[in-house]
Amino acid sequence: MNSEKQTDRRGFLADGARVAGVVSAGVLGGFLAGRRGQADENRWQIDPDKCVGCGNCATHCVLDESAVKCVQCFDMCGFCNRCTGYYTLDGLDSRDTAAEDLLCPTEAIIRTFVEGKAGQNFYEYTIDTDACIGCAMCVKGCALMNGSLYLQVMHDRCVNCNECAIAVACPSDAFVNVSADKPYRLKRVALGVMRQKAGKADKAAQKLIDQVQADE
Amino acid sequence: MNRIFRLRVAALLVVALVGGVLMGGVMADESSDLMFPVPEFSDHPIPTASVPEVQGEVAPLLDVAILFVALCLASYFTLVSRSRRNVLLLTIASLLWFGFWRQGCVCPVGATQNVALAIFDPTYVVPLTVVAFFVLPLVFTLFFGRTFCASVCPLGAMQELLAVRSIRVPRWLDHSLGLVAYIYLGAAVIFAATKTGFIICRYDPFIPFFRLGANTDMLLFGSSILLISVFVGRPYCRYLCPYGAILRVLSCFSKWRLSIPPDTCINCQLCEDVCPYGAIHPPTVTQSPERRRKGKRRLVTALMVAPVVVLGFWWLGTALAVPLSQWHPESRLAEQVRLEELGVAASTTEASDAFRGSGRSVEQLYQSALSRRNDFVTLGGLLGAWTGLVIGFKLIHLSVRRRRDDYQADRAGCVSCGRCYWYCPVEKVRLGLISDVSEALPDGQLPTGPLVQLTVGGKKS
Repeated sequence: MNSEKQTDRRGFLADGARVAGVVSAGVLGGFLAGRRGQADENRWQIDPDKCVGCGNCATHCVLDESAVKCVQCFDMCGFCNRCTGYYTLDGLDSRDTAAEDLLCPTEAIIRTFVEGKAGQNFYEYTIDTDACIGCAMCVKGCALMNGSLYLQVMHDRCVNCNECAIAVACPSDAFVNVSADKPYRLKRVALGVMRQKAGKADKAAQKLIDQVQADE
Repeated sequence: MNRIFRLRVAALLVVALVGGVLMGGVMADESSDLMFPVPEFSDHPIPTASVPEVQGEVAPLLDVAILFVALCLASYFTLVSRSRRNVLLLTIASLLWFGFWRQGCVCPVGATQNVALAIFDPTYVVPLTVVAFFVLPLVFTLFFGRTFCASVCPLGAMQELLAVRSIRVPRWLDHSLGLVAYIYLGAAVIFAATKTGFIICRYDPFIPFFRLGANTDMLLFGSSILLISVFVGRPYCRYLCPYGAILRVLSCFSKWRLSIPPDTCINCQLCEDVCPYGAIHPPTVTQSPERRRKGKRRLVTALMVAPVVVLGFWWLGTALAVPLSQWHPESRLAEQVRLEELGVAASTTEASDAFRGSGRSVEQLYQSALSRRNDFVTLGGLLGAWTGLVIGFKLIHLSVRRRRDDYQADRAGCVSCGRCYWYCPVEKVRLGLISDVSEALPDGQLPTGPLVQLTVGGKKS
């Protein structure tokens, strides 16, 4: 009788604890889900204005091939003949396209001649995204001039880790959380230009603007 | 003529000025910051950069569905069909899917931190998948015991498959190391809540194997855990896993749980010998009145000591504010900058270079670091008090005696792996593998009673 009573009491306590546990789990889930309803999910992104091009992005990503790659913002590019993002400082004078004169270790920057004007030749530099490893050599080089090359987390590759390993290694605190429906950033300088362009019914510019979270 | 010219110039100037003011707002940032203007080409429009879309959101939903199905299967296999083979197959499947295919992310263990951060920081948006991953195993544990640990968790699965030569960990060591998990949980929560870092993810010993790559430290740590798990069953689950710590508590209140024999226990001790996790308790012996008095005295002492332990550790925790706050990268940066300002630092770091380029003032940085340090006085105290509470509770728990008439799985420690099913003679009879329990016993003889009763003091000779 006594032991039965004890079992009952213990069972009652366990039942109570269980109900409390389930209710609190439900409340927690509901609370977090409700709070979440106010905002969109987050993604990792690099604020290009903060990035210092240290090169950690290429090596610290958990993916074998980093999710971070270079983007060329043509609307900031000078189409320079002597491009400091393309050539090493030695290569600037020779302008030889041999490997030792080029900054990019994977030949991911493609240089094409556009036009000769007023005694100057202009070249367009595009990024071969498949070859780019996000090492930021070109970003650092280009920062000497216009800074049109910048790094971005590519969201077709990023697995959206809990704690981004690159964000931990980033020396300049450039990794930010952005909302998933606008998961990219532009340099502040480019934002105005891009808006102007989008205003002139440029579909590509409008698309890019739609993907960019402005930090204003 | 001259006047007209002058008027024209003035008009032009006015137009230019008005135009400049109008255009200025739009044009200013383009022209001012570029060293070389963007050229205009006759027949080559300036292209626009393009970036890829976010990949579809199907996989996370699929993950939750798979987790739910796996939890249902695990509970069914351990509690209803009592099939160790199926549990093992599910373990391997979970390891392949959650571990190697999904690369160990999302996992409920790490989700603890997201939930902690989401509670303390309203601006952080926690994905619903992560909440589901955190809550589902908790609810399942409240009903079916730790079936999640048994065969769904990829971290557990890895160790489960390696537990082949398990030695028995001495009780005192097992109990003391088991406390580390709770402390780790407390630390993980305060670090996540203060955005210092997600230490569970950063020091996950199995991620290097799931992702087939990591830095040397983590590879060494992971390999040693794997090596240890060959000889000590599930070292991570038992002594480190913060989520396992939560599940241990919840499992004590579970509605149903694994029972070793399907019928009456014959007290043969085979299950206790075979459990690699030391989670099966032998039946208790009746105590002499003197021992009982001693036990009561011990309980009273434990109850009295517990508050002192809590206070002591709280004080210790507050003293640890500085090293704890140094886990935050900004605090480390502040120290580096301070050293540089004093001229003590040998060289600058990438972080300090970046800081100097950012235009933030040194004072601001110091202020932020100092206020964080103050926060960590409170948080460190809380972590210390939590540690003391855990230790105190353990002492009390160890002093309370529970009567057992047969071999029973520990409510908290049992991970429901079902290994004991394979060895239980009663279970073999149920399955029809043998006709009588005596066939499964080493000597072919049924023990007359609990083996431990044959020796003095509950210790096996």
